Amino acid sequence: MDEFDRALINRLQHGLPLVRQPWEALAEELGSMSETLRARVQALLDDGVLTRFGPMFDIERLGGAFTLAALAVPEARFDEVAAQLAAMPEVAHNYRREHPWNMWFVLGCATPQGIAETVARIEARTGLAVLNLPKEETYHVGLHFPV
Amino acid sequence: MSDCISPSDQALAQRLVALTEAGLPLVEDPWAWLAGELGLEVDETLALLQRLQAAGAIRRIAAVPNHYRLGYRHNGMTVWDVDDAEIERLGALIGAQPFVSHCYRRPRREGWSYNLFAMVHGRDAAAIEAYRNQIRALLGKACHGDEMLVSSRILKKTGLRIGALQRSA
Repeated sequence: MDEFDRALINRLQHGLPLVRQPWEALAEELGSMSETLRARVQALLDDGVLTRFGPMFDIERLGGAFTLAALAVPEARFDEVAAQLAAMPEVAHNYRREHPWNMWFVLGCATPQGIAETVARIEARTGLAVLNLPKEETYHVGLHFPV
Repeated sequence: MSDCISPSDQALAQRLVALTEAGLPLVEDPWAWLAGELGLEVDETLALLQRLQAAGAIRRIAAVPNHYRLGYRHNGMTVWDVDDAEIERLGALIGAQPFVSHCYRRPRREGWSYNLFAMVHGRDAAAIEAYRNQIRALLGKACHGDEMLVSSRILKKTGLRIGALQRSA
């Protein structure tokens, strides 16, 4: 990764301009050529430095219901419960975190009722109480990693 | 930012999600490619993207780096018990810090007193600890307790997929 790649990654995290010729506009801004930029982005994707290039949706604005939830899983059952959650399509992310509430996951469903049903199903299948923490207010969303 | 997305734009947005699940093709004219797929004119497609971005349904059309590859190997979910009367002001302040990627208010529960969540990312454990101390200083006396939950293992990571949501409906 060279200085040009760094500048490109930093710039592209802010997004492609929504103008008629976006790559031309970006090339002008970075003092490069549209084709060169796109080839570099492809190389960074192929190399795994970038995981994706495309529209980032706020999926909640397109319908659906979401929540952050946690379980306090006994160590002896941790892998078994992780596998149970992994098999459920409503579970998007699941992380182990070092805390008595040691399993943290995001649920996504088409409706709020779907969330309630999924929480109830997880409690029935695991025998564990779900800590259900739907967001009440968003103050900030925006991953930006300067390189 | 407007909260208003028309039903026809909602339907187009759902098609956009499906079309770009793997990303936007790196072609000279991406809007023309999308227009062809959606059966719209190029100008209509660009206007649609502009409306969806103004409404907040598209945050941006951007590159997502692999933060591990960029050296950001540590993340902590910091949680804070903040006075209800102060949380709107302080939530906005914490969310504006450059090292915070996500910041939300969530409900308190029995046995869970934390109502402010801020995710921090850093290149080493000391960096995220320093960020936590900066947040603590900003919250001051309005905060009555906090913890940082460090992730030690990814158990599942799939994006939120509208297809999966519809199947689960």
